[in-house]
Amino acid sequence: MNTETQTQTQTVTVGDLWSWLETVVDPEIPVLTILDMGIVRRIEIREDDRVTVSEFEGRTNTDASVNPENAQILVYITPTYTGCPAMNMIAAHISIELATHGFSDISVREVLQPAWTTEWIPESAREKLREYGIAPPEQASRVERLLFSDVSVACPRCDSRNTEKLAEYGSTACKALYRCKDCLEPFDYFKCH
Amino acid sequence: MRDFLLLLADNTQILGHRLGEWCGHGPELEIDMAMTNLALDLIGQSRNYYQYAAELEGAGRTEDDLAYLRDAREFRNCLLVEQPNGDFAHTVARNFLFDSWHYFFLQALCQSNDERLAAIAGKSLKEVTYHLRWSSEWVIRLGDGTEESHSRIQDAFDNLWTFRGELLTPAPFETEAASAGYGVDLHAIRPLVEDRLSDILAQATLQRPEDGWMQSGGKTGRHSEHLGYILAEMQYVQRAYPNSVW
Repeated sequence: MNTETQTQTQTVTVGDLWSWLETVVDPEIPVLTILDMGIVRRIEIREDDRVTVSEFEGRTNTDASVNPENAQILVYITPTYTGCPAMNMIAAHISIELATHGFSDISVREVLQPAWTTEWIPESAREKLREYGIAPPEQASRVERLLFSDVSVACPRCDSRNTEKLAEYGSTACKALYRCKDCLEPFDYFKCH
Repeated sequence: MRDFLLLLADNTQILGHRLGEWCGHGPELEIDMAMTNLALDLIGQSRNYYQYAAELEGAGRTEDDLAYLRDAREFRNCLLVEQPNGDFAHTVARNFLFDSWHYFFLQALCQSNDERLAAIAGKSLKEVTYHLRWSSEWVIRLGDGTEESHSRIQDAFDNLWTFRGELLTPAPFETEAASAGYGVDLHAIRPLVEDRLSDILAQATLQRPEDGWMQSGGKTGRHSEHLGYILAEMQYVQRAYPNSVW
């Protein structure tokens, strides 16, 4: 957590906002930031009569300046799962993080379209998941294909594909519980979504 | 539109509540967690519909008012979802009957001409794909399992079959929703649902019960006695301590 507080009014850029959001982690999977997860879809900054929109994809308009004193910040997030209890906490953490940088008018809003997908998790984050002991999603989330087609999941510890599913739902709705038949360790598998 | 939204909201809310009743009572820890995760998804989905319905009303009511302060006669859910959990086989059969309908219903709802409904459906469909997979696998495992598990799940389907007709029989507000383009034509999805049911029941070596007389009434507010008990528990805190908050 960044404890440094801005004591004097100074203009920051949209890029700074993104880098501060990069410090907010998923409370269920603390090795991933909410940007790794693709949860933050865009930031909208309303200042006087000016509206600046910065999209997550391609990080647009990062050079635009923002004045924390009078800017209204809207952060659009998308839920991983509809009933995910982590969403409220994530929204609170976003507000707190931006507040420590001098912003006072912060709203976090939910968007459902396009629906969140595990395809948004980049390779770097998949590697972080593996290191943390969670097998990353195996394949593109084509809804029909997933029905009754059991995917082969690699063990995050020994990389063996000789694994079996123990339960469709693991420690959270987004994970299934697997066991490696070679190293015998149970592990969480982040399901395709 | 309000009735249609409440149908979707109440179906998912009440089934979510029923599954939540299993919390701490599942036959195995993994099954217990699966059922509570299903409940979480369903209650999350119901919130999306309640929020939308409350906004449409424009009467200052919130999602919580709709969930906690309506009486049984105002609930629009199907009778199937309010049926008691019974044993695990009974819960699995009830969920499978619901999921095999819900999955194809949401697929069709993704084509709704109402953008917000289509977005909620698209989001929910991903979750419900796993719900259908979970309940289908358990139907097969129990049906094709031991003599006892087979007879228990066969009994469950025999008992619950009369409630499945309502899922595919439109209430007047659903017919209106379908013709206005924001709802779902239940006749169009029926063959998909029937095929999935027959396929899974066959894999599970179960007898498909005869389509006899079907129960109805839930969608227009005529419920079984079970809903009153559910609401008594679900709404107790708001009724006893109005406007209390966390």
